[in-house]
Amino acid sequence: MKQPHRFSFQRLRGIIAKEFTQMRRDRLTFAMMLGIPLLQLTLFGYAINSDPRHLPAAVLLADQGPQGRTLLYAMKNSTFFNFVRQVKTEREGRELLERGQVLFVVNIPENFSRDLWRGDRPEVLVEADATDPVATSTALGSLGSLFDTALQNDLKGSLATLAGTSGPIDLRVHALYNPEVVTQYNIVPGLMGVILTMTMVMITGLAITRERERGTMENLLSMPTRPSEVLIGKIVPYILVGYIQVAVILIAASFLFHVPIEGSIILLGVVALVFIAANLAMGITFSTIAKNQLQAVQMTFFFFLPSILLSGFMFPFRGMPRWAQMLGEVLPLTHFLRIVRGILLKGNGIADVSLQLWQLALFALVALTIGIKRYRQTLD
Amino acid sequence: MTKRFGELTAVDHVDLTVAAGEIYGFLGPNGSGKTTFLRILCGLLRADDGSGRVLGHDVIAESEAIKREVGYMTQRFSFWEDLSIEENLDFVARMYDVKNRRQTVRESIEQLGLAERKDQLAGELSGGWKQRLALAACLIHRPKLLLLDEPTAGVDPKARRDFWEQIHQLAAQALTFLITTHYMDEAERCQRLAYISKGKLLAAGTVDEVISRVGLTTWSVRGRDLAQLAEQLRKTPGVQQAVAFGNSLHVSSTDAAALQRAIAPFRHEPYDWRQIPSGLEDAFISLMEHDRSTA
Ligand SMILES: Nc1ncnc2c1ncn2[C@@H]1O[C@H](COP(=O)(O)OP(=O)(O)OP(=O)(O)O)[C@@H](O)[C@H]1O
Ligand SMILES: [Mg+2]
Repeated sequence: MKQPHRFSFQRLRGIIAKEFTQMRRDRLTFAMMLGIPLLQLTLFGYAINSDPRHLPAAVLLADQGPQGRTLLYAMKNSTFFNFVRQVKTEREGRELLERGQVLFVVNIPENFSRDLWRGDRPEVLVEADATDPVATSTALGSLGSLFDTALQNDLKGSLATLAGTSGPIDLRVHALYNPEVVTQYNIVPGLMGVILTMTMVMITGLAITRERERGTMENLLSMPTRPSEVLIGKIVPYILVGYIQVAVILIAASFLFHVPIEGSIILLGVVALVFIAANLAMGITFSTIAKNQLQAVQMTFFFFLPSILLSGFMFPFRGMPRWAQMLGEVLPLTHFLRIVRGILLKGNGIADVSLQLWQLALFALVALTIGIKRYRQTLD
Repeated sequence: MTKRFGELTAVDHVDLTVAAGEIYGFLGPNGSGKTTFLRILCGLLRADDGSGRVLGHDVIAESEAIKREVGYMTQRFSFWEDLSIEENLDFVARMYDVKNRRQTVRESIEQLGLAERKDQLAGELSGGWKQRLALAACLIHRPKLLLLDEPTAGVDPKARRDFWEQIHQLAAQALTFLITTHYMDEAERCQRLAYISKGKLLAAGTVDEVISRVGLTTWSVRGRDLAQLAEQLRKTPGVQQAVAFGNSLHVSSTDAAALQRAIAPFRHEPYDWRQIPSGLEDAFISLMEHDRSTA
């Protein structure tokens, strides 16, 4: 009899070459692959760069002395804050925050001036609405030095000795509603994962359904191709596209938004490979299930929404309910976010990320296996 | 072989034997199950019932072996329109693990006469050229059996003649063909024919065998106002067909005696009646009509 029908690298290469050529000719898709990261970065980048000022704030001024007012003037002069209300009680302040009428409540306690003069480091409490950390973080970040400089003038002379030590006051900032305080540094690396999830799942999601819709599937199936050859052949070319996106985002992150890159870029490259493959495998599996391209796109969104909502990109992961965390653990984006933030911001090495990396690889493998099993070799 | 799509039985116990090196015509009206049958043979559809062998391989169990030795040309152009002619052929050659790939592809392009247009996208070709490209692609792995689904639909007469020349040459090299077509002249070029309707095989054999099996008697009539005559004849019991052929009218029936009686009142001036041998087309139309009246 004939030799057994084996996996053929010749055929795999043929499919890869075909996909590359088709990708090159499909201007719209190609433009989309590069356009989406650029567009998203610009949009988010604008939000990050925008330096929000005149944010509404309320003040609870219990102090009768002059130094309380000094602080308020300093805040006003910084143009970050706009005092819209003077409140009488802490509860009143809290209500304003809850209703979103102010983003900050500044709490200057009774006897602030007196304690300051005594050198008791009186406490100033600033409560901030941190649901939108991009908006509030710059203002909050500036507070410490703002107060120090302001009080330095007042404390000249007899109290100059206090100024130098650990600061004349005890500034406490309570970030409400978003205790993890996702900063802008978190967003750009996160954006890398989000963009890859969306584009990679979508692009392979269309891969098989497109052949079906154009009628070329009948031809492909009449040839002695194996499911694994077709599916892997359709995944490989897009890994390169994924890498181009990663490069674009990294360059932008570093040059436009000055996101620190603490860890190893090579390690990031390895992680990105596994993550990209996981998403492509997910897409190709959708593609074997969907009847047409529209369904494939719908499935992509069905996957994309939980990915951005439950992965820790949108909301702090640990702040989510238990069931949401469990769902989130399944998603590749969750693991990728942890790894990429770890590498870029904390300088994590391979040992720190290996557990997450395995989970990503497992996801990729399972998705691809399902895809190969689901791939129908007949038309009915 | 039997294939059902839900309620519909698209191929209903079709039993067919094609000898090696033969050109076998596969005919039937639209929706009769021709494409479905070819798809079963090359493993694209799973038969619900029945069994068969293609080139010695079992249709159900050994479809991969069959795929390697069969060339299937789909009814609708199914090559990649965003790939060039050369890229399409190269891709197909790779899928079949063809040896000396580059050379084979180059030869194929030269045979097609498309050497100077090889970089043109397949989608930009005219319908006729697409058919030729598709045939060339089906031949690239030197299959032993070709399943061609309406390969000449929309192709001009000259190109159709060239196409059939090529088929006959290839058949002489021991290639076997199973070709579906709606053209009578092409059917007559086949060594043997099968006719299916509503999934059922109604007739099979050589052209003459098929005609004689239908058992049709045909009269040709010439004269004035044939259209009017045709109308009257169609209403007359005993006449199954009255079809205009240029300046004459072909009147036929499977019941010779009844036909003789039916036309007797019209056998006078200005009409000139003559009995003629039935053609393949008369036979097929008779099969179709019969099928309709029994349905
Ligand atoms: N995938 C399918 N699902 C459901 N019904 C189908 C499918 N493919 C074909 N059919 C039905 O099966 C019957 C036979 O179709 P088939 O395409 O085999 O006809 P055909 O003889 O090739 O017709 P044509 O001459 O128009 O090409 C038709 O009634 C068709 O509607
Ligand atoms: Mg057909």
